[in-house]
This record gives sequence, C-alpha cells and structure tokens, in this order.
Amino acid sequence: MHRDEGDVGPDGHIHMDGITKIEGHGSIDIRIRDRRVKYVKLSITESKRFYTQALIGKPALSLPLMTSRVCGTCSIAHLTCCAAAVESAVGYRPSDQTRLLRELSLYGMMIRDHAMHLYLFCLPDIFGKDSVLDFDDSQNEIIKKAFEVKGAGNNLSKVVGGRAIHETYAEVGKFSHVPERDAVRKLIGELKGARQHALEFVDIFYNSTFRLERDTDFVSLLTSDYSFMGGSIVDSKGASIPEERYWDYVDKVVIPYSEATGYRFEGREFMVGALARMNLNRDKICSSTMADVQGYMSAFPSKNIFHNNLAQAIEVVHCIDRSIELLESNEFREESNEPVVIKPGEGVGMLEAPRGTLYYMLSINKQRRIEYGRIIVPTQQNQITMEKAIGQLVEQNVDLPKDRMVFEIEKLVRAYDPCMSCASHFLKVRWS
Amino acid sequence: MVGKKLKIGWFSFTCSEDSTMVFIELMNEHLDEWRRLIEFRHARVLKKDNHLNDIDVAFVEGAITNEKDADMLRQIRQNSRKLIAIGSCAVSGMPAAQRNSFDPEMNGEIQFLIKRFKQSDKVRAIKEVVKVDGDVPGCPMEEAVFLSTLHDCMKEFGVVDA
Repeated sequence: MHRDEGDVGPDGHIHMDGITKIEGHGSIDIRIRDRRVKYVKLSITESKRFYTQALIGKPALSLPLMTSRVCGTCSIAHLTCCAAAVESAVGYRPSDQTRLLRELSLYGMMIRDHAMHLYLFCLPDIFGKDSVLDFDDSQNEIIKKAFEVKGAGNNLSKVVGGRAIHETYAEVGKFSHVPERDAVRKLIGELKGARQHALEFVDIFYNSTFRLERDTDFVSLLTSDYSFMGGSIVDSKGASIPEERYWDYVDKVVIPYSEATGYRFEGREFMVGALARMNLNRDKICSSTMADVQGYMSAFPSKNIFHNNLAQAIEVVHCIDRSIELLESNEFREESNEPVVIKPGEGVGMLEAPRGTLYYMLSINKQRRIEYGRIIVPTQQNQITMEKAIGQLVEQNVDLPKDRMVFEIEKLVRAYDPCMSCASHFLKVRWS
Repeated sequence: MVGKKLKIGWFSFTCSEDSTMVFIELMNEHLDEWRRLIEFRHARVLKKDNHLNDIDVAFVEGAITNEKDADMLRQIRQNSRKLIAIGSCAVSGMPAAQRNSFDPEMNGEIQFLIKRFKQSDKVRAIKEVVKVDGDVPGCPMEEAVFLSTLHDCMKEFGVVDA
C-alpha cells in the first residue's frame, strides 16, 4: 500500500514526497533545529523534457504547436505567447480579430484553469475534506456549481480555439476557424449562468481565514483592460519596463536539487500570478465585475499568499464578464490575413498565464528555423519565494503536530498554484 | 451488481498532464455518474488518501524517464488487474521522449542534467516497461475513446450491464 503522506522524523526532519492536488510532481524536505528552520528544499521532481533544447532548428511557424505541449493545463498560454514571439521576431502584426480571439481564448483558459485549482484543489481544504469526491449530499449543490463554471470556461476555449487543451485553430498570425454564431449564442447563455456561481465562490474565498503574510515583491504585466496581454512589466517597488527588456531584470538561479531553475527579479525574491495582478492592476477589472466585487476589493493590496485564491476567484468573474461583453459586441468573420513571412530576427512574447507572467524569447536564423530560445514560466519565478514562505510557515507554527504541519504546508503550496510540468522544461541559455 | 464500483487508479509520469486535464474536464459532465460507479483508489491530482492496491484498472499517463518511475510503474502493474496507457507520451513516448533523437552535440549538452537527476539513457513508452492491456492515444487523449474504454472496463468488471 502506498499513501501520499508526509513522513515526519523525530529529529525535526519533514519529508513530503508527492505533494497532492497540484499540477505535476513536487516534493519538500525541511530540517528544523532548535525551533528554527535550517533549510527548506522544494524540489520540482517532474522530469525535464528539454523543450528549449528541442526547439533549436525547428521551423518557426510550427513552433507554437510544439511548445504548447510544455503544459497541459496552460497550453493556450504557451501557444499564444510563442506565436506572439514569432510574430515579434518577423515584425508581423496580427489582425484585430485575431487579437480578439486570442483574448477570448485566454479568458476561457483562465476560467477553466482557475476553476480547477480553486474548486478541485483548494475548496476541499476549506470544507475539511480530502477531495471533492468526498463531499456529501448536502454539499452536492456547490460541487455542481463549481463544475458549471469550469465547464463554461472549457466550452469557451472549445468554441474559440477548437479544443480546451492544445487548441487547434490558433496559429502564428491567425485563427484557422472563427466561432460559429449558434455556438456563440449558446456559449453566452452558459457564461451568464455560470456568473452567479462564480460570485458565490468569491464570497467563499473572501471569508476563508487561511493566512500567511509575506513581504515579497510582486511582478505582473500592467494592462489597460486586465486582458492578460500587452502593456508593460511592473513591480510593487515601482519598476516599469517594456517586455523586450524583461530578461535584463531577472537573474537565473540554479537550484541543484530541483529539476526547475529559479529566478530573482532585480536580485529579489518575487511572486507572479493572480495576487500580483490584483495588487498591481486591480483598477482595470471590468466595470460590470467591479460593480459586484467592490466589497471584496478591500482585501487588496495584500501580502496574504492565500489571497491568491481570492484574486483568482475574482478573475474568474472578470473573465466571464469580459467574454460576454466581447462575444455580444463582435461579429466574427472569415478573413484573409496577410501571410506571415518568416525571416531572420529576434522577438519577445509575454502574457499573463493563469499562474503568472510567461516569457518567450526566440531567435530565427536565415534558414527560417529557430536558432535558440528562452522560456521563463511562472512557477520558476515563484519557486524561491514559495520555498521561503514554507520556511516562514513552519517557524510560525513550530508547535503544530507534524501531521497538521504537513497539511498546512500542502495548503500553502496549493495557494501558489504551482505548475510543475511547466517548470521542468529545460532552459538553455545562449548568450549573444 | 447494485452498488458495485470500478476500482481505478489515475497515474501520471513525465508529460504535460494534458490527458489529466481532459479527465478533469470530463468530470464537468460525468461527475455524478463516476461517483456512483467508480472508486478512485489512487488519484494524486484529486486526493491525498491514496492506495496502491486492489485496483481494477490503472490509467497511466506520461513516459518513463528514470528507474524510480519504472519501479513505480511496475508496482502499479502488480497491483492492477488491467493497465491502460493514456495519451501520446504513454503510448509512444513522444513528445516527452524527444531527447532520444537529439544529435550527439545536443545530447552532450544535456548529459550533466541526465546524470544529476538520474534520468535513464532513453525515455520509454509505458509498454517498454510493463505489459499494457489497452491504449487511449492522442495529445491529449481522445475524449470519446477514453469514455468508450472506461465503459468497456465497467462492463468487463461487472459494474454495468451494457
């Protein structure tokens, strides 16, 4: 019999192998001496798949389909960001409709991905259950609502991108298919139905008493409409930089026991994701959402890491509202896009994935193939602060029984919503 | 047959976990039915209290990149009456196995990481390590094929009539 439980030794050593209810595989080693944490080692144990090595020499036009396979749950973010980097490298500006469809496909991903994290991974912690599978009959209604919200996000991605996981319509420079009118009409109804449920979950996460305050820098894209694309990079210390220069502001940190590389921003630990976005960009939430979540916004800016869950819950409502607005006010037509001409160059793509800022830098050679590339994913950026926050939690609660401590640590890790599959691609750096 | 459940395990090795995401999305429509007909013996993505024994059907996603995972897969096989490979990485190894076809220069550049993290020389599909009873191919897995396979398993283990 195998049970995924924390293995706690009498010498103050906590070993947690196989953290549950997260995306991918991770483990944690903690050593405590004299009530102080000697070390925390957060290991991303998902085996490297060497994507940044494998992309070298690949045709630039087909690259987004390949890199979308870095991650199942946020594949749309990888595909979109990679396509944007190719377009940036060759100086191609996609049509307004293409950018609109990208925005909608990101909203679909956010709704589905946040819903999975909040309702399947975090909600059982709030209700004192191991799993949504264990909810009793009296709690069936809330589970039904959770899956309706998640399903609406899933269907939004299907209508816009062809599939929710590894969408099939999106390409460099265009969408090969536009949403059909009947499908859009049905989808708007689903989204409107999901909206009230999504608001109820905002209330649940607002009233959650889980708390761990940490002084850390927050980094995100600052956009004019909270659309997860465009704008500039900002942090809570006042930095404001264009996306092309992001690489100059981050330091790569090799973490020998983890299959993922960590990062610092201007030499500091930092956090990306919904909490960073809500702290830095919340006044750009759409007005219809703001009208209904105003009472919850007093929580921000926040240092409470568990408010990442609240921030995601609010983003679900925002994504539903923006999607309804865009779907109701736009007609989608087949269009003849200018062909993308691949030529030598370098380009950067950046966007906000569900778990935070995603960065692609690509260099295309004379053979119209990838010379080299850099990818920085959210969980890599959060890895250092997540590790330190675990140490802080343990020191603040050192008298807790060890099984309770293990539960609290898992709960905190889940609040960061790590994605181990993303984090364990291999970053190959070639300095130019 | 009343009340009988199919005892399943859902396991994931090296991959993007896209089929796990499809599995979770299928719950949007099938949760009530699955709670009635399925006992989730082991599903790390959904629960902490997992049991690696007495499994009717193990659904295994991802490719095998190291001996530790190969041993775990052998344990899953030993404790499961049936084992189904789920998704492209499990069925064929790809794309998780893309390093198998790296040229000598690229292969040389990654060797220090292969050694540091004790990865095997080659990435393997599930069938290269254990006996596999069925496949649900696709990247991610094809929803309809998975649902049909699941239904066939329910029939085989006497959970449903037809």
